[in-house]
Amino acid sequence: MSNDISLSKAPAAAAAGEPAGETLLQVSGLTKHFPVMGGFPFKRQVGTVQAVDGIDLTVRAAESFGLVGESGCGKSTTGRLITRLLEPTAGTVSYRGQDISHATRKELAPVRSEIQMIFQDPYSSLNPRQTVGTIIGGPMEINGINPPGGREKRVRELLETVGLNPEHFNRFPHEFSGGQRQRIGVARALALEPRLIVADEPVSALDVSIQAQVVNLLQQVQREMGIAFLFIAHDLAIVRHFSQRVAVMYLGKIVEVGDRDSIYQRPRHPYTHALLSAVPEVELEGEERERERIRLAGDVPSPINPPSGCRFRTRCWKAADKCAVEEPPLIRLAGAEEGHLTACHFPEEPTIAARDEDIVMDPALAALEDVSDRPQ
Amino acid sequence: MTTMTKPGEFAEDAAPAASDAFLSVRDLYVRFSTEDGIVKAVDGLSFDLERGRTLGIVGESGSGKSVTNLTVLGLHNPATTEVAGEILLDGQELTGASNRTLEKLRGDKVAMIFQDSLTALSPYYTVGRQIAEPYVKHRGVSKREGRERAIEMLEKVGIPQPRMRVDDYPHQFSGGMRQRAMIAMALVCNPDLLIADEPTTALDVTVQAQILDLLKDLQQEFGSAIILITHDLGVVSNVADDLLVMYAGRAVERGSVRELIREPQHPYTWGLLGSMPRLMSDVTEPLTPIPGAPPSLLSPPPGCAFHPRCGFTDLVGGGRCATERPELPDGRGSACHLTGEQKRSVFIETIQPRLG
Repeated sequence: MSNDISLSKAPAAAAAGEPAGETLLQVSGLTKHFPVMGGFPFKRQVGTVQAVDGIDLTVRAAESFGLVGESGCGKSTTGRLITRLLEPTAGTVSYRGQDISHATRKELAPVRSEIQMIFQDPYSSLNPRQTVGTIIGGPMEINGINPPGGREKRVRELLETVGLNPEHFNRFPHEFSGGQRQRIGVARALALEPRLIVADEPVSALDVSIQAQVVNLLQQVQREMGIAFLFIAHDLAIVRHFSQRVAVMYLGKIVEVGDRDSIYQRPRHPYTHALLSAVPEVELEGEERERERIRLAGDVPSPINPPSGCRFRTRCWKAADKCAVEEPPLIRLAGAEEGHLTACHFPEEPTIAARDEDIVMDPALAALEDVSDRPQ
Repeated sequence: MTTMTKPGEFAEDAAPAASDAFLSVRDLYVRFSTEDGIVKAVDGLSFDLERGRTLGIVGESGSGKSVTNLTVLGLHNPATTEVAGEILLDGQELTGASNRTLEKLRGDKVAMIFQDSLTALSPYYTVGRQIAEPYVKHRGVSKREGRERAIEMLEKVGIPQPRMRVDDYPHQFSGGMRQRAMIAMALVCNPDLLIADEPTTALDVTVQAQILDLLKDLQQEFGSAIILITHDLGVVSNVADDLLVMYAGRAVERGSVRELIREPQHPYTWGLLGSMPRLMSDVTEPLTPIPGAPPSLLSPPPGCAFHPRCGFTDLVGGGRCATERPELPDGRGSACHLTGEQKRSVFIETIQPRLG
């Protein structure tokens, strides 16, 4: 995979003289409620889906920030709010100090070229009637950018950067496989030399062996071009592999955020414990280690009527009366590392080692295991 | 334990194989004729499965893992599909079996759990009716008894308030609950063989863990043999006893889960392991993906189908990989021209350190 061509251009962040580590994106109190319409004969609002409900996060320049959670937790909505594909109900999104939460189309134009998005589905995110050249060159055309040597030359360079044959300039998306299409999506996102890329489940539609190719490509792009990433995925192992800092979301809230190692090795929130223990993991030779086993009951509740207080309390084994009344603030707990924030009244021990007794909340599992335990 | 007999040896082995293996697939070929040509979806596959065991079949999309199992159930389109080989279920030949014979088996002796529960369940009928249907049909009981059985099964798979939920329609269930309902439907007649085709791929990770544990626990109670089809090595390594790795319609490696994870032999299995980040792997180490893309089954590469993506063809030398197709030996083994010594040393020296 060749990459030197576009890398010879100064990375965007460095060009602006911005040191890595400075805050690029600041999100505070971000909220998105979608109306639920119903009724007959006149439709009126009968409820709201509280997709994202007051989240705070910061993404530093050239950093990769992971957002992980189950379906319906609002991670994709967050990505769309940050790229301003959606307008927030409340809260602010500020990009390099500029509040873009309610900016108009015109005001957004210069910012949009710096924040790009990579979508999940490589089949529906590329226009089937455009050639690869048009797709990748589109952003440059819209923004009136004329790179030296012409747009076509730049598109060919980009194709080479993402590991595609530059000769395929005139082909249509259907002539490519899923992995190759996702590479086209990456090339399109890189066309404007962005500073921040929001990648919404960029590899979950791909086969395992192809996933690794795209993850490596994104990582290479991130490191060598100094682009900050907001990496949204449900796969905990991939998020860990890709992100220096990770936030765990549950039902529209961030429940825990921190550095990669402190989240994955020393989690405090019961939900993070449950998520990590649920990951099916291949254990190689010499790695046999007792992991804690936590099996929750049921599914994630509906975000239309989220539980009061702590939203995880309906599935939590530590829930007490306090959890139903008082929403736990996202704070740094005693003994936690700097930047490791947890929203829980009764945090867990910072370890992922096996417990004396498994936590099995699922009634069917508990019943079956009870029976099988008894004769022994 | 899965074992393999070469096609020629089959005649001698037929009697013992039929007695100890509950399902025995011998030299199965499945071909679809399409507008573009003939797709060789399954190309000479053999495996055995005993009662009470779980066989995991791993492979990427298009490796033939789903087609194999649809063929076992006779769910392929006979007009466009050509099937050769033998599928023996409890000594009964299924390849040329009539639809009536198969209908008697489906849902009774053999049941299937599909990936997408929303499309696999009919939106027109209540969940309870769909669970009861095979029970009523195969056991000849009344509708009322069927309904009672459905409630019992719903309770077993952990649906809260089963007596109320039995009359719900699938859309009133959440994704995890629908998958549980499908498991209830599959187990309603105590099948001897349960085929689960990517049963948890559409589910969230915490729900996936619940469903996989539920399958494991129910197997202990029902004693069914399970075929678990998935693309996720992590899932099978936690649930299955034996593993079969498929590539381009052929089995490339087989063995017990322990053997296969501790000391994988086939370069494709190495590639799969190297492609997956794990919760314990070293994050500074980049992943080692398999280069290229899976081949088209319209014209699979000659010789070893994996050779265009394989990094070890030079070790074999003489262009054997491109001309001669490696056979999968009996029992534990892999279909690769590398010698046993080479496989071991390459894995220990090159592959294992990178898995970190």
